[in-house]
Amino acid sequence: MIRFALVIAGFLAALPAWAQTDIREVTSPGGITAWLVEEPSIPFVALELRFRGGTSLDAPGKRGATSLMVGLLEEGAGDLDAQGFARATEALAAQFGFDGSDDGVSVSARFLTENRDEAVELLRLSLVEPRFSQVALDRVRAQVLSGIRSRATDPDKIAGARMDALLFGDHPYGSDPAGTIESVSALTREDMIAAHRGALARDRLYVSAVGDITAEDLGPLLDRLLGDLPETGAPMPAPVAPGFTGGVEVVQFDTPQSVAVFAQPGMDQDDPDFFAAYLLNTVLGGGGFKSRLMSEVREKRGLTYGVYSYLVPKDLANLYMGSVSSANDRIGEAIGVIRAEWARMAEAGVTEKELGDAKALLTGAYPLRFDGNGAIARILVGMQVDGMPIDYAVTRNDRMNAVTLEDVNRVARELLDPEAMMFVVVGKPEGV
Amino acid sequence: MVRILATALALGLAAAPALAREQGAEQATEQVTGFTLDNGLQVVVIEDHRAPVVTNMLWYRAGSADERPGVSGVAHFLEHLLFKGTDTLEPGEFSATVAANGGRDNAFTSYDYTGYYQRVAADRLDLMMQMESDRMVNLRLDAEDILTERDVVIEERNQRVENSPGALFREQMDAVQYFNHRYGVPVIGWRHEMEALTLDDALAYYKTYYAPNNATLVVAGDVEPEAVKALAEKYYGVIPANPDLPERVRPSEPPQTTERRMTYSDPRVAQPYVTRSYLAPERNPGDQRPAAALTLLAEVLGGSQTSVLNQELQFRRKQVVYAGAWYSGVSLDTTTFNLTVVPVPGVALEEAEAALDETLAAFIETGVDSDQLDRIKMQLRASQIYARDDVERLANRYGRALSSGLTVADIQEWPEILQSVSEEEIVEAARTVFDKRRSVTGWLMTEEEVTQ
Repeated sequence: MIRFALVIAGFLAALPAWAQTDIREVTSPGGITAWLVEEPSIPFVALELRFRGGTSLDAPGKRGATSLMVGLLEEGAGDLDAQGFARATEALAAQFGFDGSDDGVSVSARFLTENRDEAVELLRLSLVEPRFSQVALDRVRAQVLSGIRSRATDPDKIAGARMDALLFGDHPYGSDPAGTIESVSALTREDMIAAHRGALARDRLYVSAVGDITAEDLGPLLDRLLGDLPETGAPMPAPVAPGFTGGVEVVQFDTPQSVAVFAQPGMDQDDPDFFAAYLLNTVLGGGGFKSRLMSEVREKRGLTYGVYSYLVPKDLANLYMGSVSSANDRIGEAIGVIRAEWARMAEAGVTEKELGDAKALLTGAYPLRFDGNGAIARILVGMQVDGMPIDYAVTRNDRMNAVTLEDVNRVARELLDPEAMMFVVVGKPEGV
Repeated sequence: MVRILATALALGLAAAPALAREQGAEQATEQVTGFTLDNGLQVVVIEDHRAPVVTNMLWYRAGSADERPGVSGVAHFLEHLLFKGTDTLEPGEFSATVAANGGRDNAFTSYDYTGYYQRVAADRLDLMMQMESDRMVNLRLDAEDILTERDVVIEERNQRVENSPGALFREQMDAVQYFNHRYGVPVIGWRHEMEALTLDDALAYYKTYYAPNNATLVVAGDVEPEAVKALAEKYYGVIPANPDLPERVRPSEPPQTTERRMTYSDPRVAQPYVTRSYLAPERNPGDQRPAAALTLLAEVLGGSQTSVLNQELQFRRKQVVYAGAWYSGVSLDTTTFNLTVVPVPGVALEEAEAALDETLAAFIETGVDSDQLDRIKMQLRASQIYARDDVERLANRYGRALSSGLTVADIQEWPEILQSVSEEEIVEAARTVFDKRRSVTGWLMTEEEVTQ
C-alpha cells in the first residue's frame, strides 16, 4: 500500500488549557484541510464537519427542503434502509448527529478506534449516498410537520419567529428554517436530491478531528469520507440589512407569562471593535448573575427568572438581541427597566471595575470551554468557519485584555441604540 | 461481527474495578477514589488530568421529597437563597467571586437531592471549597431578599410550568401516580404554597438538612485525591455533624390496586399524545438486578429507531410520529416506568393507546430479539468509553446515585450487571411492571377534542 504524503502546516498552536496538545492543520492527499488535535488517551475520535450555507440555501418556494434533507441523511443510505442504517450504527456504537441551521449544516460524529473504518464507511454512505426513499420522506415529513405545529403554540417560538419576520421579511432569515405546513407538504424526493446537491459540497466544507487518530491516518480517512462529494454547491445567498422599526409589537396569546425578545443592530465578528462589544455585553446582559440586566430586573425587583442579551453575528446579518419573560402584569415594568438600562449604558458606559470583572470572567472561562474531544472539535470547526487563524486560541485572551475602558465606552455610545431597539411580546401583557 | 463482539467483551470486563487496575494506563474505567471524613461528609474524587480544570460539587441528600407538608417548593427556594450571602459574603458575592476567577457556578434541586457546583481552573479549588463549606452553616438571610427571591421562583414556575401545557400535564400525572409519597408534589412547588413560603420555612429546612453528615462532595478533574482530602479536612472537617439529622424515611405509597386514568386539555396543545406511567422498583444498594432489567427493557422498547415500539408503531403500522420508553432507576424510593406514543394526524388517542397495548402484549409473547440486545449492550459498553470524555457528567452520575441511596461499589458494578441481564429477565421484568392496576394513563389534548 502506498504511503500517503501529508502536508502538515509548520504551525503548531498550543491551547491554553489543553496542556500537552497542539492544533495542527492537516491537508489530505486529496486536498481536504482539517484541524487536528491528537488525544490518544481515550480510544475514540470526535469528528466535526460544517458545510456553510445551510437552510438559507433553500430554493424559492422550497422552504424547509434543506432541513428535511438533513433529517433524512440517517434514514437510509447505500444498500441500507432506515432500519438497516440504524442497526448498523448501533452495532458499531457510533454516534452521528446531523443538524441544519440557517448558516450551515453540521455533522458531529463520534466513533470507537476499534471499528473506525466501518463507522467512517457508514458516515460516508449517509453523506454521499443517502437514499431519500419516498417512505422515509413521508415519515420524517410527518415528524417535521408535528414540530412546526408545536412551535406555532409555543410562546418562545412565536416570539422568535415574529421577530425574524419583522427583521428579515422574505429573506431566508425571516422564516422558520423547517418551512411551513404548506411548503413542507409539497416537498418531493427531487427537492431532497437538489437540496443535498446544493448544501453538501466541498467548496463550503470545514473539518476538525480530536481524539485517538494520527495525522497520517486522518488524511486518507477524510478522502474516503468526503472525496466523492461534489466540488461546488448552490450559490450563497446575499447579505441582508435587517429592518429595525423600533417600538413594541404584541402578539396576543392566552398564557400566564409573557415572553419578550428584543433586537437592535449588531456587530460583525471581523470588526476590530468586536471584543470591546463582547465585553460591553458581558457587563450589560451576558455575564450571568452579575450582569446589569440580571441585577436590575431579577435580583433587585424579582421580575423574572432570567434576562439575557447577546450579540448575534450571523453570516449574512448582525444583530444584538435579548430576551426576558415575566407574568403578564409585570412584563411592562421589566421592559421599562431594560430600556432604561440600555439608555444608561449608552450614555455612561461601564466602570473600570466592571470592565476588569468582565475580562476576568471571559479570559478565565475561555480555557474551560476546551473540556473534551467533542467540545474541542466543535470549537475548532467554529474557528475555521469564522476565518480565525490557527493560533487564535493562544492570542485570544491577550487581545481581550488589550481592550481599554475608552474602547468599550466608545462602542457603548456607537453601538447601543435605544431608539432602534424593538420588542416582540407574546402573551396577554398589561401596560405594554 | 465476531471481531466486534470479541473486542467489546474485553471492554466490558475492563469496567470491573479489579481488572481495570491490571490494565494500568489502558484502563477503560474512570479513576475514582472515595472516603468519608470523621464528621460523616462523604467525598468522591474523579480524576481527569487532560486539562487543568476542576468541577467542585456539593450534594445534599435532601430534596423536595424531604419537605414537610404545606411548604412545597421550600427545598428549591432555599437553593436560590444560598446565593444570598453568609456572615462573611454579601448577597451575590459568591457567584461574583466565582466569575472573577473565570469560573461559572449554579445549583439544582430534585426530589432526592440539592446540588451546588462550580467549574473553575484547578488552582482555584481551595477558594471554591472555602466558600461552599461556608454556606453550609453560615447562611445569613435578609427578610427583604426573601420576598424578592420568592417572586423570582414564582416567575421560574411561570416559565417552566404555567407556560407549558406539557409540564402542567406531567405535574398532574405525577400527582395522580403518587397519592401519599412526596414524589407526587412538584419540585418547584404548588403555586399557592410557594406564594406563602417564609424565611422561617427556609431556615427550618436549612437547619435540618444542611450538615456534613448529610452531604457528598464530588470533585472531578485535574486533582489528586490526597490534595482534595487535605482541603476537605481543612474546610469541611471543622463543621460538626448534625446529631439530630432525621432518618430518611418518607411516607410510602399504599398498594395501588386499580388503574388510574386522566385527560388534560389545553388550547395551547398542538400535538396530542398518550403517556403512561407504571410504579416500578428503583436501584437499591446491593440489589440492582431488577432495575437493570427495567433499564434494558426501556432501551429494547423505546430506546431508538430500531426499538420494538418504533419498529411496530412508527415503521410498520405508521400510526405514530414517535414512541418512547423511559426508566430512571436512580431514585431513593419507588420510581416509574414511562411510555409515550405521539400519534400521526388522523389517528385518535384511543387508537394509539390500543396499538401501544397490543405491541406490549405481543412483545411479552415473542420475547427479545437477540441481535437487538447485542447492539444495545455494545452501545452500553461504548458509553463507558465516551463517558470518560465528559468528567462533569461522570461527577453528576456519581452525585445523583450517592444521593439516592447507592454506594460507589453499586455505581461501579452497574455496567457489569447490565451486561449480564438475559433476554428472559427482560421479558419477566415487562410481565411484572406492565400491570395496568399499577399505572396511570394520561391523554394530553387540545380543547377541541374534549368536546368530541
